[in-house]
Amino acid sequence: MDYMTLLLILDSTVRLGTPLLLACLAGLFSERAGIFDIGLEGKMLAAAFFSGAVAAVSGSVWLGLLAGIGASLVLSALHGLASITFRGNQLISGVAVNFLAAGMTVVIAQDWFHQGGRTPSLMGGGRFTPITLPFAETLQDVPVIGPLYYHLISGHTALVYLAFACVPATWWLLYRTRFGLRLRAVGENPAAVDTAGVSVVGLRYAAVAICGILCGIAGAYLATALQAGFVKDMTAGRGYIALAALIFAKWRPWYALSATMLFGLLQAVALRYQNIDLGSFTIPVQVMDALPYILTVVILAGFVGKAIPPRAGGEPYIKER
Amino acid sequence: MDKMPKWADVILIPLISLLLAAILSALVILAIGEDPWAALKMMVQGALGSTYGWGYTLYYATNFIFTGLAVAVAFHARMFNIGGEGQAMLGGLGVALVCLFIPWPHWTLAVIAATISAGVFGALWAAVPAYLQAKRGSHIVITTIMFNFIASAVLNYMLVNVLRPQGAMDPATAKFPAATHLPTLHELLLPLGIKFSKAAPANVSLLIALAACVLVWLLIWRTRLGYEIRAFGFSESGAKYAGISPVKITIVAMLISGALAGLMAINTTMGEAERLVLNATEGAGFIGIAVALMGRSHPFGVLLAAILFGFLYQGGAELALWTNIPREMIVVIQALVILFTGALDNMVRIPLEKLFLSLRRKEG
Repeated sequence: MDYMTLLLILDSTVRLGTPLLLACLAGLFSERAGIFDIGLEGKMLAAAFFSGAVAAVSGSVWLGLLAGIGASLVLSALHGLASITFRGNQLISGVAVNFLAAGMTVVIAQDWFHQGGRTPSLMGGGRFTPITLPFAETLQDVPVIGPLYYHLISGHTALVYLAFACVPATWWLLYRTRFGLRLRAVGENPAAVDTAGVSVVGLRYAAVAICGILCGIAGAYLATALQAGFVKDMTAGRGYIALAALIFAKWRPWYALSATMLFGLLQAVALRYQNIDLGSFTIPVQVMDALPYILTVVILAGFVGKAIPPRAGGEPYIKER
Repeated sequence: MDKMPKWADVILIPLISLLLAAILSALVILAIGEDPWAALKMMVQGALGSTYGWGYTLYYATNFIFTGLAVAVAFHARMFNIGGEGQAMLGGLGVALVCLFIPWPHWTLAVIAATISAGVFGALWAAVPAYLQAKRGSHIVITTIMFNFIASAVLNYMLVNVLRPQGAMDPATAKFPAATHLPTLHELLLPLGIKFSKAAPANVSLLIALAACVLVWLLIWRTRLGYEIRAFGFSESGAKYAGISPVKITIVAMLISGALAGLMAINTTMGEAERLVLNATEGAGFIGIAVALMGRSHPFGVLLAAILFGFLYQGGAELALWTNIPREMIVVIQALVILFTGALDNMVRIPLEKLFLSLRRKEG
């Protein structure tokens, strides 16, 4: 494998890892506040559809992005209502959100566009276009670093850079602000937070809302940057891979970056090579497809470092009367 | 505990939840410019108006009975088995191996072997998440989700690289030998003088599903193991104190759950397709969640809910055929049922409890 191929695979890793990263950070906020969210998939899917639809109709990708975030926030509110206000089962609520999105996106898409559950292809201003960073063209001929800068670091869409910026931002918000401290506390010991006079319900709704916004960006990225328009079930399990990455990352932002990029790399390799020939035997493409899930199960089993979820995760908080 | 009478808990709450789901579904249909009342009539006509419709309704219901029972058994042990889909896929593999590689003289023998094989494959696929939950504390929901994806990769590999006949294009096994053909309801009812549609796929697996309902009822409410499962689900620490092993109950309940999900494959793979195809489960594993929630994890409730979802499936297919309402409308209805009977249960329950309390106060 030459240097250029390596760069292309890494470039595709970044592209495919970005939605995973955004969704993973989304799940991180929610789960750190004690709200399990297996509805990441559904929120991304709803956001992908509404961003694709609005961008197709209005021709503005930014309006599309807003619509995607809005759709994802609505589902977040539903999840919050079920799991915070009515203290229902968070996992069941997440399942419902996923199915609601899977069904509604196609029903509405069919009603609006009559194209078999997809949006029209996005053109021009309806899509996020790659940004060429300064000096990328001029530095292109510098050996090693030039192509690296030109192919890998430059030439992505705005949302990719936004996603990467979200990692330090999340770290700072969670570990260096009062809000972050309280948010983490509410996922470990909500009773203590309540005793301190801080609203558990308010904090959890805030966390779920941040989760919604990030999932919205992730979904919009799928429909308006990675591809040109929405197709049925376009998230293709990415929400679950993000969930797997979240466990892999042990609910920490910087680990989330490496976990999602690792899973992005697996997708990129599977996309490029199909079956990998190792001379004496070949690795079938299905192994690459299943690898993120297998790795997550291994991590969950605690054989390679233990993944300990937030202590109050999944438990509705009932104020004592 | 008894803030309201038992009938309200068992019948009234599911009915109100179902009604809410139905109203919202009707609003969605209205919003896309169709008439919900006409749609309902068409669904009833298409799913229940002929033996052909009934044949499809019961065929889908058979799947949902198996997957619903699978989720219900796990619910009794307070576990959420979201992996019915993967377990059913592996069950399909079990059925296919038995039907393809053993020359059966008669379908009765084949169906017994296929049932055992499907159950064992499904149970084995549930065994790893069960073990990890019991011994290592890995959350069963996450591991079973992961195992769904791994199952689909395994099945994909087996169909594309191993079981696909030479020269065939689509990833599926060869057709099963004729001796493994399961009699359809048409063939079963003909000797009795009852005419049933020839084209409908409902088959003898329906009887196996009904038997499974009875067996699960016996297991949960009439055996020591069932008592232990319920005790464990009610209070883990209480069960431990009573000398019930959490490890044993977790693993056994999940094995039974996985086996039930795997049994679904007799109906789809052996009964209908007569070969193993890539998407044999068609999401039935997930519908099991809605069915178990609506049926309140009771086998009889699961049976009723499964027939309702069978009706929705067949009726929804009719709608997609004749109107502008796409098939995915069923997924929306399914989501709403899960939402209202599962996640938003308290939204209906709390006001009702208050109502019954105030009624009782007036009486007293």
